[in-house]
Amino acid sequence: MRLKETLENYVFVVPAVAIFSVFYIIPFIWVFQLGLFDWDGISFARNFVGLANFKEILLQDRNWWQSMWNASYITLIALTFQNILAFMLAWACDREIRMKNFYRVIFFIPPVLSEIVVGMVWRFIINDIEGANIINRLLAACGFPNLMHHWLSDPKTILTTVALVHCWKGFGWGFLIFLAGLQTIPHQLYEAARIDGANAWHSFKKITIPLMVPIIVLVAILTVLGSMQAFVLIFGLVGGEFAGHTSVPVLRILASMRGSSPRFGYACAQGITLGVVLVIISFIQYRFSKKGH
Amino acid sequence: MLNFYITSFYNLSLRGKSPMINGRSMRVFFGNVLLGIFVFFSVLGCSSQRTEAKPTINVWHWMTDRDAAFQDLAKKYENLTGVKVNFELYAPSEAYSQKIRAAAQGINLPDIFGLLGEKLDFSSFIKAGHILDITPYMEADNNKWKDSFFPKALAVNEFAPGNSYGIKPGIFGVPIDIMTIQMVYNKKLFTQLGLDPNQPPKTLREFLNLGAKIKASGMQGLVSGWGEVWMIECLANDYAFNIMGKDKVLDTIKGEVPYTDADWVKVFNIFKQMNDSGILAQGIISMINKSAEQLFANEKAVFAFNGSWCVNVYKGMNPGLEYAAMLPPQASSEHPMVIWGGAGSSFMVNARSRNKEEAVKFLTWLTDEDQQAYLAQATNNLPANKRSLSKIPEILAQFARGMDFATHPNVWGVSEYSLVTEAFNLGIQSIIIGEKTPEAVAAEVQKVKDRELARKKAQ
Amino acid sequence: MKHAFYYKSKKFLINALIHIFLISVAATCLYPLLWMVASSLKTQDIIFKDISLIPQQLHFENYIFALRGEGFGRGFLNSVFYTALSVFGVVIIASLAGYAFSRLRFPGRTVLFYMFIAAMMIPVPASFVPLYVLLNKLQLRDTPIGYILCMISVGLSVSIFLLKTFFDRIPREIEDAARIDGCSKMGIWRHVALPLAKPVLAVVIVFNALAVWNEYILALIIFDSRKYMPLQVALQVFQGEFVTNYPLLMVGLTIAALPIIVVYLLMQKYIVKGITGSEVFG
Repeated sequence: MRLKETLENYVFVVPAVAIFSVFYIIPFIWVFQLGLFDWDGISFARNFVGLANFKEILLQDRNWWQSMWNASYITLIALTFQNILAFMLAWACDREIRMKNFYRVIFFIPPVLSEIVVGMVWRFIINDIEGANIINRLLAACGFPNLMHHWLSDPKTILTTVALVHCWKGFGWGFLIFLAGLQTIPHQLYEAARIDGANAWHSFKKITIPLMVPIIVLVAILTVLGSMQAFVLIFGLVGGEFAGHTSVPVLRILASMRGSSPRFGYACAQGITLGVVLVIISFIQYRFSKKGH
Repeated sequence: MLNFYITSFYNLSLRGKSPMINGRSMRVFFGNVLLGIFVFFSVLGCSSQRTEAKPTINVWHWMTDRDAAFQDLAKKYENLTGVKVNFELYAPSEAYSQKIRAAAQGINLPDIFGLLGEKLDFSSFIKAGHILDITPYMEADNNKWKDSFFPKALAVNEFAPGNSYGIKPGIFGVPIDIMTIQMVYNKKLFTQLGLDPNQPPKTLREFLNLGAKIKASGMQGLVSGWGEVWMIECLANDYAFNIMGKDKVLDTIKGEVPYTDADWVKVFNIFKQMNDSGILAQGIISMINKSAEQLFANEKAVFAFNGSWCVNVYKGMNPGLEYAAMLPPQASSEHPMVIWGGAGSSFMVNARSRNKEEAVKFLTWLTDEDQQAYLAQATNNLPANKRSLSKIPEILAQFARGMDFATHPNVWGVSEYSLVTEAFNLGIQSIIIGEKTPEAVAAEVQKVKDRELARKKAQ
Repeated sequence: MKHAFYYKSKKFLINALIHIFLISVAATCLYPLLWMVASSLKTQDIIFKDISLIPQQLHFENYIFALRGEGFGRGFLNSVFYTALSVFGVVIIASLAGYAFSRLRFPGRTVLFYMFIAAMMIPVPASFVPLYVLLNKLQLRDTPIGYILCMISVGLSVSIFLLKTFFDRIPREIEDAARIDGCSKMGIWRHVALPLAKPVLAVVIVFNALAVWNEYILALIIFDSRKYMPLQVALQVFQGEFVTNYPLLMVGLTIAALPIIVVYLLMQKYIVKGITGSEVFG
């Protein structure tokens, strides 16, 4: 009896596990074990070097850790600015206001646009030499001419600029998921609270937030994963690594695979290192949510 | 309990405009449409399985601008010989490289393909048995095919005796165009600045002195795609050859001269001087090549450092642009100024192809005088066949003249380690934004070099 | 009286502020879209010089040129086909698995779930090389099925994660009710869990549709035959090695963005309020 039930349960996951094992696990193992080799990507011969790649990443590769630092910065801005913005917008659109549907469509346009377009357009908007220099002009028009700046050519501001554009592109997802989550909170809870005399802020604090915690954690995990692996946008906005200021891990991995002496094994080792870091962070986030519940 | 279930189910069905029923019929409809499309495509796939008797040569390339011209030539060839040539375009170039890599792993390369990459990649492909040695074809008939090319174009595809890559000497690729990377300047802006449009700066000092003037007039000085680091390496290399001569540069690559040598610090210093003088455009290290081209085409910049392909680009963006080519202004008169030039794109023959002979025949035809002239006309690229130079526009001819001063990393016989090159390029970027001094960068680059040399010894 | 006026004006003020907030964010979202469309109607030489959103001359012929272009129509159909099948596959497979991870017991449940989660986090650089070799061995390379299976696999992790999180929130009472009434596990999944999870299903559909629709590198590597290439690959043709035909590229990107917006419009009406739980508490 038990066996039959267990087998029945397995049926639910078999398709997923089957496809996944073939199309993800197998490539993953291939890449994983490649981290232990020194390979140029073309020859049929590979050198086994054991953990030398990992040792080099951890101890000697300064560029790698700079890229991790940059990615963490972008992620931090995404976790705060982007997600708070997304939440506020979702909350605003959850209420009964006019033009709600219009907003819901508009806010999802940034994620839909391809990253090529986003990079090009924002470069055009911000860039003061080749572009329309709109940001600076707006600042001047609003009366802050001394805030004008070479946003995309100053090493001090470039990473923040990239992070903000990244937020612009990404908030649509958070918005969508938060909205979906807010929709599943039953009406009646708010009405009951209002009857009991709670004001808007109170019901927000006591009803909305607690019920949304798992969704907030979900979005936070997805944000970390997405931001740490971002890179296409940087090509469009900045053209490259800008003397290391806009290096991100995936760009470093790509750099290892290219160049005059490509190091595929090393690139795989870098990918695994990034993966391990992400797993640890996400695990912490997930456990944190479980505890809070 | 029962009531709960019934009412919720009931409510659900009504609320979303009977989504349950709607959903199901939607799915059925959808499923049928998909089935129909699937069947359609399978039939389509089946019908193309029938293979023809005459050989088809498959060519993979990434050159979007030339695809139309290639298709025309393919038709011409088919009419001539009955052999079908199938040009497949995979763009952009980065994606093309990945595809070649994957196909190499799966031993599935087409009959003819090009390689984007450096000499080391090239040699790896040869060692893995992917590329046909075409030296016998080149040297047949008293070097008939070989002699039709500019020697420098061929040199990029050649491996010389005693090369450090371990490849037996020979020719492994066929160049189909040549290119040089030089500077260009806008004649109209020159006149506006009060300069003689026929006298571009010849020395570095002259060039730097223009910086203040250009800044004052609100224009941008030199633009180049220095976000794409290889362009930095190109110019730095030009100056390295100019300052210390070819031998010392090659010795440095071989590890015999350190980057902390005074001459190399001079090279790094040039970038600092350029930055200080204001001759560099704002944000030059965040430009990709295309942005630089845009700026020059829109007459916002006075100088550009770009390759001969730019002629086609500028023509499309601003047909009325008045400009001319020049060599990078000399920093020193001890050694000649050198630029990068050689084969622009080349095609290789797959050693495992079943249509090797036909493929070689096609390439011979493609690089013949007439076809090269046609390609040069249609796509504004410099021909690889030296007899096709007659009918190209003047500005292209200026680039072609640069070939006399040209060299190319692929002909030096040695390659620098990628990590060192990367430190070199990123270091120069740091110099330009004022974050590091030339001496500091030299020391860092040498440190990476020492590490790589030690690793090589340990292997 | 004064109270009522105070509350009314406060409500008005708050609403006004909210609207200003929403509109300013919406404006930043709209501008790039408008720029893209405007650029698609310009020509190569003025596209970066003329910065207005409404070009002086509207070059509609750009659209005709692109639509007539090589493989555009076929690429469009291919993309629709791949997207539809992949999304359909992911929705079914991921919701089955997500439901199982949320509500069913079986050995290895936690391990398998964490495996899927971990997959989200570990980027597999150049995974297309082993995928290429694998598909080659399975004789599935250069076939639509091979590509679709890869796409399904790519979307599984996030979709399962999303679905499990939402399935966890469904009150158990409803399911218990259904089970008592004799509904099988499959039945509960189909008649209770799925309908209640409509909002998140909509998100999963949009997410996967976007991912497959915008994907081009794997398609370019796996497919040799031009007739299988999706739209994004056909569009890359406008981005040449040296010359990018910007207006045509913008045309292509505009046309490519439209279907996804349509999918989103269709799906977002499912993200409606009041689907779950109201009856439970009533």
